[in-house]
This record gives sequence, C-alpha cells and structure tokens, in this order.
Amino acid sequence: MIGEWLDIGWVDEIPVRGSRTVQVTGGDDIAVFRTGDGRVYALADRCPHKGGRLSQGIVHGGAVACPLHNWRIALDTGEALGEDKGCTPVIPVKVSGGRVLLCRASTMKAAA
Amino acid sequence: MDHQTPSPHDTREHLVVIGNGMAGCRAVEELIARDPTRYRVTIFGAEPHVNYNRIMLSPVLAGEKTFEQIVINDHSWYATNTIDLVTSDPVQAIDRAAKTVTARSGLCVSYDRLLIATGSDPFIIPVPGKDLPGVISFRDMADVDHMLEAAGKGGAAVVIGGGLLGLEAAHGLTLRGMKVTVIHLMPTLMERQLDEAAGWLLKSALEARGQTILTEANTAEIVGDTHVEGVRLKDGTLIPASLVVMAVGIRPSVALARDAGLEIGRGIKVDDHMVTSDPSILAVGECVEHDGNVYGLVAPLWDMCRALADGLTDSHTGYRGSVTSTKLKVAGLDVFSAGDFSGGAGAEDIVLRDASRGVYKRVVVKDDRIVGTVLYGDTSDGGWYFDLLKRREDISGLRDMLIFGQAYASGGAQADPKAAVAALSDDAEICGCNGVSKGQVVACIGAGNATLDAVRATCKASASCGSCTGLVETLLAVTLGDEYSGERAVKTVCKCTSFGHDDVRREIVAQGMRSIPEVMQKMSWSTPDGCSSCRPALNYYLLCALPGDYKDDQQSRFVNERVHANIQKDGTYSVVPRMWGGLTNPRELRAIADVVEKYDAPMVKVTGGQRLDIFGIRKEDLPAVWADLNAAGMVSGHAYGKSLRTVKTCVGSDWCRFGTQDSTGLGVKVEQMTWGSWMPHKFKIAVSGCPRNCAEATIKDFGVVCVDSGYELSVGGNGGMKVRATDFLCKVATEEEAMHYCAAFIQLYREEARYLERTAPWIERIGVAYIRERIADDAEGRDALAARFLFSQQFTQDDPWAARAAGEHREQHAPMARFTPIDATREMA
Repeated sequence: MIGEWLDIGWVDEIPVRGSRTVQVTGGDDIAVFRTGDGRVYALADRCPHKGGRLSQGIVHGGAVACPLHNWRIALDTGEALGEDKGCTPVIPVKVSGGRVLLCRASTMKAAA
Repeated sequence: MDHQTPSPHDTREHLVVIGNGMAGCRAVEELIARDPTRYRVTIFGAEPHVNYNRIMLSPVLAGEKTFEQIVINDHSWYATNTIDLVTSDPVQAIDRAAKTVTARSGLCVSYDRLLIATGSDPFIIPVPGKDLPGVISFRDMADVDHMLEAAGKGGAAVVIGGGLLGLEAAHGLTLRGMKVTVIHLMPTLMERQLDEAAGWLLKSALEARGQTILTEANTAEIVGDTHVEGVRLKDGTLIPASLVVMAVGIRPSVALARDAGLEIGRGIKVDDHMVTSDPSILAVGECVEHDGNVYGLVAPLWDMCRALADGLTDSHTGYRGSVTSTKLKVAGLDVFSAGDFSGGAGAEDIVLRDASRGVYKRVVVKDDRIVGTVLYGDTSDGGWYFDLLKRREDISGLRDMLIFGQAYASGGAQADPKAAVAALSDDAEICGCNGVSKGQVVACIGAGNATLDAVRATCKASASCGSCTGLVETLLAVTLGDEYSGERAVKTVCKCTSFGHDDVRREIVAQGMRSIPEVMQKMSWSTPDGCSSCRPALNYYLLCALPGDYKDDQQSRFVNERVHANIQKDGTYSVVPRMWGGLTNPRELRAIADVVEKYDAPMVKVTGGQRLDIFGIRKEDLPAVWADLNAAGMVSGHAYGKSLRTVKTCVGSDWCRFGTQDSTGLGVKVEQMTWGSWMPHKFKIAVSGCPRNCAEATIKDFGVVCVDSGYELSVGGNGGMKVRATDFLCKVATEEEAMHYCAAFIQLYREEARYLERTAPWIERIGVAYIRERIADDAEGRDALAARFLFSQQFTQDDPWAARAAGEHREQHAPMARFTPIDATREMA
C-alpha cells in the first residue's frame, strides 16, 4: 500500500536559512526550506514572477527572496509579499522523528 | 468485578497508578479533591522517593535547593489519604484480560481502573561509547546524584544538547566548579523555544559565565576505555571530559502500554477524558498523545489531570488541548516564548531591542491578533502577551504601544506614544549608553538641532547603540511639532534598521562585533533575522573587519556567491574560469572545450573581460565541471561575485610596436595579488601598455596606463549604464609601486565604500581629492592599507572551486531526493 507521505531525508540535511530541492520526473522541482527558527516548508521551485529558482534565494524570517528579481515569497502560503502579486504552489510537508515528509499527492501532482 | 484483592475490608474500586511523578500524583490530588473516598489508590514508582517536583532538579543540582525542599507530597500525604505507595519497583507488565499489573519484584496487583503516567524517557543518541560509565541523562534525582558526585572530583564535563535541560545541567555543573562545554547540533540554542536573536543573546550570556558553547557541533563518539574520557566531534575535535550529560531530548515512555497492546501514536493515544483504547485504562502527562499533540511542558499536565479527575468522578468535562507557553529561567536568565513565531504570510514582527539592558522582545502579529512572542531578558509581559494570544484579542487599538508592555499600553491617558514620551519627566533617561536625559535632549533640539544626526552629534543621545533612536525621533516630533520633517538625512541600509551603512560599519569596528546576530541585537534591528538586503551587507562588513577570523555565512550570500557560478534566467549556471591577464594556452583551451562537450553546454562566449564563459551548466554538474577545469590548472574567475573580476591587458612591449612596458606581465602579477578578494561590489582592473589604451584602462575601477617614464594610475571608472571615465590618481615609476598603490586603493574601497556601491559612485560621493590624500600623499597610510589588504588576501586565495569539487557544501548541488511517478495504467497492469 502506498502511504500518504514521501520520506525525503533528515531535516538537518537542509541548511538553516537555506533550501534543498526534490526532483520529480516530468515536473518542476520542489524546494524544501528550513527557516532560522527551524521550521520546514515546501514550495514548487518556481517564482510566480519569472520562474526563478526559489531554492536558490536568501531565506529570511518566514520568506524567501527570489534570486532573479528579489520578489519575496511567503514560505507558508506561497504568496508574493509586499506590492508584488502572485502565488506559487505549496506542498504540504511535515517533520516526524527528524525525517522530512512531503505530501505524496501534492508532490506527484507537481509532475502532472 | 473480580478483585484479586489484598484488603477484604475495602471493597471500593481500585485505581492503580503507574508512575509516582508529577502527572500521576497530580491526577490523584485532583481526584481526592473531588471525592476523597471513592477509589482505593495504589501508586507504583520506579524511584525510591516520594513525589517530588522534577522541574526543580536544576536548583538542586545548582545547590540552590535541597531535595527536601522540592518534595511535593511527603509520606504523610500518602498515609492520610490511605494511598499505597510502592517505591523502587517499576511495573513491568500489564495484563488487560486479567486486569492486573506486575512489578519487577513480582508483586502482582489487580485494578479496576489503571492510570499510566510513565512520563518520558531521555533520548540517547546512538553513538559509540553511549553506554560508558560517566555518561548519564538528566531526568531524575539519581542523575543529579551522579552529577554531584562527578562534580565533587572537579574536572571537565560535556553536555550534549543545548535545549533547556542541557543548559540547566551545564549551569549547575558550572556552579559546582566543573569546566563545562555544551555541544549543540543546531546553529542556535533552544531553537524550539527561541528565535535566532534570543538564542544568540543566551549564548553570549552563558559564555560570559565561563561555559564553552559549540553550536552546529555534531557528536561522533564518546571515547574512553572503562570510563568516559571525552567526546569526539564529527570534525575531529576531541573534548576531554570525565562526565557526559546527554540531554538531547525526551520521548514519551510508551513501552509498557505498547506491550499491553494499547493504541500508540507518538504517545499513548487518549480521548478528551484521558481514556486510552482500553476503557479501563487511562493515561496522563508527557506519555500521552491527545488530538495529535504530545506535550513536554508542565502546564498542559494540570489541564489533563483536571479532565481526568472529572471523568473518574462522572462529571465529564473533557480536555481540549493546550496552547503552550514557555517561561523559563535558563541559568538565571529570563526567557519566554509562546505560540507561532515563524512569521509567514501576513505576519508582522514588532521588535524591541535594548542592547544596554540585554533585552529582546518580539511579538508576531497576524490579522490584528498576536500569534506568537519571544522575550529575552525581560519576560514580565509574557503572561499578558500570552493571554492576548489565547483570547485572540484584537490588538489594533494597542498596536503602537504593544511592544512596550502592559503597563505602558494600558496607561489610559498615554494611549498615544507621543503623549507617553511627552509625559516623561525631564530627568528621565533617554540614552542609557551616553547617560542623556530627556531634558538634555529637548534642550539640544531647542538649540537648533532639528535632525536625528544633529542631536546625535551634539548631545550624543542615540549615537552609540541606537536603541533609543525611536525615542529621540519622538522627542524631535514632540518638540518641533510640524517643523520636524521626520526624514532621516541618512539612507538606511534597509527597512530592518534605522542606521545607514556608515553607522553600521563604524559600530562593527568600534564595538568589535563578531557576528550578524550580534550586529542585529546591538544595533536594534527591527526584524528577527534581517532581509536579503542587509544580510549580505553585514556579512561583507564583518568579513572585511575580521579577516581570517569571521566565519562567512553562506546563507547570507546571494546565490551566485554561494555556488560560485552565475545563475541564468532558466535556472542553469554559467562558469568562467580565471585566465590570468587574459592569457591562455592549449591545455586550458582543450579543457574548456572538453567541458563544453562533456556537459553539453549550449554556448561558449568570449567575455568583455578577456576570458571564456561556458553557459547552460546544470547546478548538479557544477562540482564535476570545476574538477575538470581544476585538473587543467584553472581556478574560479569570480565572475559571479562582489569581488575582483578581471585584469584586462593589452599585449604590451613584448609584441606591440607601441608598447612602453610589459603590460601583460604586470596585469598577470596584479591579478595574482588581488584575485579572491571580496569587495563592496564587483571590481575590474586593466593595464594598457601605452596611452592608446587598448585595454580600456580608463573605464575600470583601477586602471594602469604605461608610459615611457612609468605608470599612470587612475581610479573610479566603469562602463555600464552610466559610463564614467577614471579620475587620475598619480604617476609612479616602478611596477612594484603600481602594485602597492593598487593594493592600498582596493583596501580603502573595501573599508570605506558601502556595500553594493561601485568605485565610481563612491568617488563621486567622497571626492577624488580624498582618495589622492589617502593613497598618493600619505605614504604611511598607504603602506598600512596595502599591508591590511595583503594580510586579508592570505585567507581568501583558496580556489573555492577546488574545495567544492572536493565535496565541500556538496548538499548545495545535489537534490535531496528524486521521485518518478508511476504511470497509473502501468501500475494496474
């Protein structure tokens, strides 16, 4: 039976105030973030503006700054902050026993 | 009812409690308060003691309290309430069919209702040596006795885990005279309760008390033959110790319940009445999971025990979960946190930092409601914030004063921050650093100092740590009324601070600051961990101020500097190997050609800086590309960085009929001296062999034009959107002098320009006369600048590519996981 969650690794494999990616064949990568206070979030690795790799941005507070044009994207909702408008898909993620788990359905949908 | 039964006279229902700790006994207390006679009660405890307050073990360790002082219920309580207490005899099995429990001694007791209150077990990290004598946890009185015994012999202790428990153990052992090192896996202490800023304050305070705190330190093994002798970290560091306290965390103690076949999640699953999957068995405290939550704090336990006692006395009220707050004294330092302080969409931070008092307060607000708070140093308003949070109170009315605390915010007539400041007495201190009173500031403003900078310059208020900037600005507004423009003359670094770049740089050097969180605290940053504008700037300023000493913060660098390549709009990278002075050879060209083919790079381009740019390299291929280029002797060209880019040259006197000097040779030497240096912005150099200037030296940051009699040096040019030709600096006679002046000029730029300010706008701001004065006229100053540059260069001329190719920061290049969705139709077949 297929579980609801995909185990992608240990939480400390993600740098604090940094990000790692998960590749899904046939779709966008997923960027998995870890904030300064240890929260973990996952977003499609595409800025809603020009498709910049959010996983390469600077994580500060609960947001990431896109490396291409410095749009700030909220990690929990995927919404652009400030004056900018746009939203990137959020992939439900949880941490259990130090392991990072991604929602299987949303992850696979990213490839569809 | 099938009593197996010890007491023929007592026919009451028998409640057996497994666990003589805070939860088990509190439940019994609550029960007795409701109906003192309904149940006959037996409590099993694994320890030899009566019920004591586990939270107070730290003061016992620290010598502030005795065991007797932390006892909650002594023997007379058990006797008065006819409770049978079985100590030193842990229950080892539950027989649900027979409704009996069996303890280690063999004692078998039947129950009508069973309450499991086994609490939690310390988590022991599975490293070699974890079972050596001298390795202990910090969970009960026996552990404290072990620690006191070890401390009696003196020596060194290592505490693994920088959470509350670990820090309490470290504090106690330090007070008992041991030399203590705390090893913590995460970058900040108590990261679950505190944000980075508060964690940094805590770390500084503990270090000031003599503890060694190692963050981001990963334990590899505990060493020793018959007894612990030390701890070895993954990086190879060995820390000698005769005592190791493992305090990395706790987990619900569920083994007994699991063996009995009860439903287990992260803890023993219970309903709102604390009943497990067996209706006769209840559970309470840290061992349970309620509605998906497991609690490791004491406050939820009281609520659980109330619900449990209500259920046992047939007046079901039910437990609805707890919103928890943590108010702690860690080693005598006050910290408080509650709710969600992760920020996120729509969340706004209100931050108050008072550097001189060591206070940090942060309230997170979302939709006009408090959703989280972190307090350090002054936690007196923790309860008030927590109350507002739990009641989901609309705080829009108090917002401006919220961060100053309850006394201030509910001050009625002072409901306006201006009025509150206006109401301060004349002798109220405004600036703690420089001891300036309100009366002095007002007098200073009255004497014509109408801006913040003028006030700072005249009476020194807010001129040091800056935490009273807001107060001084309010005083300006109150005193001048409409005449105060409110505009700062200085452009701030970003919206996280009221300070400009020059203020920040000056204070970093003046106060000897050593880390980004330290700057943010001492200069009263208004956000918890900055933003993408200030973090790279602070990282650069610290790197420049502390060459060789400051640990570069990768997460404060723009992606190009983190992966040492240029991100392109499709997410691939371009790679530019260094070609010294624009020279190359067949071996390098062959290696580049091979890379282009091997990694299928779609384009190669000759750059304006006389080198080759390979486009379309995928991030995961970067380390392999660098390894291949390294093998041919090439290093990173830093074409991605705020750093020395290229030294462009013309062919010079060796080949050119007009050439006056060896411009190519000088260019190569200059590039070898300057490569790898981090700068406020990109920096380009060129050396032309004659005044025809084929290398375009007069639109570079530093240009050399060779003439028959020597070398003409000029500075501050650039191409780009706004072309600027260089200003002439001076003429020197020898190559050595040209290089020496170059080094001095670069260092002046590195030390005095603002982050992201190129030499052209910098020189237009400060004037070329100043540059001439510092570089051309002041020989001593020039020598000192050049020496500082060369000193800092020794730490930066490692090829970052070689380190990456060898595996450093490998995680930045590889995905964490890969998934391929299975085609649904194929899966069916």
